[in-house]
Amino acid sequence: MTAARKAARRLWPKGSAARLGLAAVPAAFFALFFAYPVTAIVLRGLREGGHWQFGRLGEVLGDPGIRHVLWFTTWQALASTALTLLVALPGAYVLARLDFPGKALLRALVTVPFVLPTVVAGSAFLALLGRGGLLDDLWGLRLDTTVWAILLAHVFFNYAVVVRTVGGLWAQLDPRQEEAARMLGASRLTAWRTVTLPALGPAVAAAALMVFLFTFTSFGVVTILGGPTYATLEVEIYRQTADVFDLPTAAVLSLIQFAAVALILLVHAWTVRRRESALHLVPPAATAHRPRGAAQWTLLAGVLLTVLVLLLLPLAVLVQRSFDTGGGPGLGYYRALTRNDDEVFLVPPVEAIGNSLTYALAATAIALVIGCLAAAALTRPGGAGRLLRGFDALLMLPLGVSAVTVGFGFLISLDEPPLDLRASWILVPLAQALVGVPFVVRTMLPVLRAIDPRLREAARVLGAAPHRVWREIDLPLAARALLVAAGFAFAVSLGEFGATVFIARPDNPTLPVAVARLLGRPGESNYGQAMALSTLLMLVCALSLLLLERVRPRGRDAADRPAVPTGEM
Amino acid sequence: MSTVTSRTTYVGVALAAAVGLTTLTACGDSEDSSSGGKSKDVTLVTHDSFAVSKDVLKEFERRTGYKVHRLKDGDAGRAVNKALLTKDNPQGDVFFGVDNTLLSRALDGGLFQPYRTPELSSLDAATRLDKEHRVTPVDTGDICVNYDKKYFDEHRIKPPKTLEDLTRPQYKNLLVTENAGSSSPGLGFLLGTAAAYGDEGWPTYWKKLKANGIKVVDGWEQAYNQEFSGSAGGRKAGGERPLVVSYASSPVAEAVYADTPPKTAPTGVATGTCFRQIEFAGLLSNAKNPEGGKALIDFLASKRFQEDVPLNMFVSPVRGDAKVPAEFTKYGTVVREPYTMAPDKIADKRDDWVKSWNTLVLK
Repeated sequence: MTAARKAARRLWPKGSAARLGLAAVPAAFFALFFAYPVTAIVLRGLREGGHWQFGRLGEVLGDPGIRHVLWFTTWQALASTALTLLVALPGAYVLARLDFPGKALLRALVTVPFVLPTVVAGSAFLALLGRGGLLDDLWGLRLDTTVWAILLAHVFFNYAVVVRTVGGLWAQLDPRQEEAARMLGASRLTAWRTVTLPALGPAVAAAALMVFLFTFTSFGVVTILGGPTYATLEVEIYRQTADVFDLPTAAVLSLIQFAAVALILLVHAWTVRRRESALHLVPPAATAHRPRGAAQWTLLAGVLLTVLVLLLLPLAVLVQRSFDTGGGPGLGYYRALTRNDDEVFLVPPVEAIGNSLTYALAATAIALVIGCLAAAALTRPGGAGRLLRGFDALLMLPLGVSAVTVGFGFLISLDEPPLDLRASWILVPLAQALVGVPFVVRTMLPVLRAIDPRLREAARVLGAAPHRVWREIDLPLAARALLVAAGFAFAVSLGEFGATVFIARPDNPTLPVAVARLLGRPGESNYGQAMALSTLLMLVCALSLLLLERVRPRGRDAADRPAVPTGEM
Repeated sequence: MSTVTSRTTYVGVALAAAVGLTTLTACGDSEDSSSGGKSKDVTLVTHDSFAVSKDVLKEFERRTGYKVHRLKDGDAGRAVNKALLTKDNPQGDVFFGVDNTLLSRALDGGLFQPYRTPELSSLDAATRLDKEHRVTPVDTGDICVNYDKKYFDEHRIKPPKTLEDLTRPQYKNLLVTENAGSSSPGLGFLLGTAAAYGDEGWPTYWKKLKANGIKVVDGWEQAYNQEFSGSAGGRKAGGERPLVVSYASSPVAEAVYADTPPKTAPTGVATGTCFRQIEFAGLLSNAKNPEGGKALIDFLASKRFQEDVPLNMFVSPVRGDAKVPAEFTKYGTVVREPYTMAPDKIADKRDDWVKSWNTLVLK
């Protein structure tokens, strides 16, 4: 603890009380809308028939089918993580260290898939790799229902996580350290291996763990591309709950996933803390340079090609399909979206856009309020530190806990006055906000932490009330980060699928839910409409992301952080 | 059921809600009173496949003064499970779409309360499976292997007739079926084989099917409209399998939905492979509008609705006096002796069978 902070503590003896006060609202929110529903559904499974079903644990783990699921979940996550690192690390380097025209656009482009709903990515890959897909047309090659489609889709999604997390740090590593090593006689490779790699190590580990977390709990991609043969733990929880109605098994599986996710988050927190230790950082602008020599040009070309084939091609195929009507290219499928096909939705599918935007706005508002209060609580000087660090990790949990568990939990726990929200539209934004909050906290925390405590202290000494200090000192500095957080929460809410698919009412579908429902119905028209709706959803996501990229903080001020908060997760 | 009427209001409420949890609670309350409070509203919770002619439904609404809301909640199995989870405080008044394969799960779970419709005596006695009248039969359908007539003509092979035929070498790599764990025709087909070969015999039969190249996909839509070469959708999608597990009424649907009505249906039914499915409706326990719910059940059993059923959902009515449309007699196949199984036995074995089936066929 710095001297300034110690002084602040002496000056502000009720610091810890204020901190806990700030934390109370987010804590209540998580208790009510996360812990309580999840506990309710898990307990319902474990207490079936009035007594505890702990014996089920051994039974479930002994089931060869379940063991197969656990094995598949783990190895596909490992393989996806390795493949993503392999493909994305060169991209991280290129975006961090090379300067070339269109770099900002490229950075925005590679982030689009990350905020896309898994259903859209799933349908994009289906259009590329499935029956009658591009590869099928060209070479008769079909990869749907193979594990390759799943792995490639995971790379597609998580490319940005690696580029942002590793690249963000790489761009700020002082290149002079490596140069010094070379001057002392080390070869280029040795210099890189002994200087840059160790410095990047924790960032690579953090990115890898994040990708592992996302792919370990993969749902939409696996249900769309995996067919009945492949199931992750998350998919199996859904099947056991929704199809087989074996709540005890689902509960046991939820607990296993919960434990796995908690472990991943713990390891992650540890790597991030290590990473924060003494590295000499410089502004990114000082480290990037124009490509030099054949090797760097080749690398740049290679990365551009990868992005083109792996990231942009699936999206392009999606767009192309949406215009490819039976009678040649046209807007037929888009027009069909405005018609009311009673049997699918009870409302024209295009209304899903309005629903999605409304829900996402509400979810963003909730996530911002909760996330900012939590971030403020976490940065306030004062006691109760260990307690709050636990709180920090707790806020991340919704990212890894089965969305289906959350959705089901909502249905059975929030069904009585004074909290009968089941028939209410607010249920969907609440579920989406749960996923948005971690992103808000991750974006706000580093910025708030970077604000010099002496500023606040000075203001207080001059007699400013706490809310005044916040308004005059923190808010102006954090305003940009707040916008970034809002944009991110918005995009994530827009794309949320797992929980929404469960609680969205049939007459108020969101875009991802409408896409999934159209994909699940026969006929070319439904498929075409699904593609058209996916394209619209992609546009909305991409637009909010580009806006976010525009307000991205510039310069060396406290808010100079990667626009996508995954870098700090 | 509430619809989004004014988005701006909602956004306003959302912002208010985000500020304080109290507002949120109040918001929930107001929603509740608007959706369930009026006794003239009656809500039918059902699966995605439910369909009724608009004028038939309008007539019921006009006659009784009830406004019917429909809450379509995914496919049959998921809709039942969700209804079970929320049974203490149901999302509607009547549930339609639980079939004999899931009936005991719904009954044992206390999903329904008894109601004996005055129409009961007109309904086929063989379909009235619950002596306590917690459910009322509404329709029946047979899950059967369908074949692509053109494929078998061109290859000069006789289409299969029985389950045993499906294991013969001339039908190798021709059949596509659904996941018994997640699809109701998939489960029905599994139960049919269990009825035919017995508790011990069916795994051996499925091993033979697997060795004979059976393909399993997740749902009926994918099997029928993507993989099956005989359906209109499958032909367009380049489906490669001339045999599919579907319904006895599917050939009728193929003919009815053809651009120009054909002389005969393009697909046929292997009548020795069928399993009888019965769909029921019931008054939900704790229904907010039980009187409206009862009227709705009477309506589902009424002659008007029963005669409307075949061409909307492609299933058969359970009323003896309901006239079956001409298309059904022209293109349809009558299944004389489908496989059947008592709901109690299904309840007893279903989950274990599905589990073994999973390990045997999928893994």
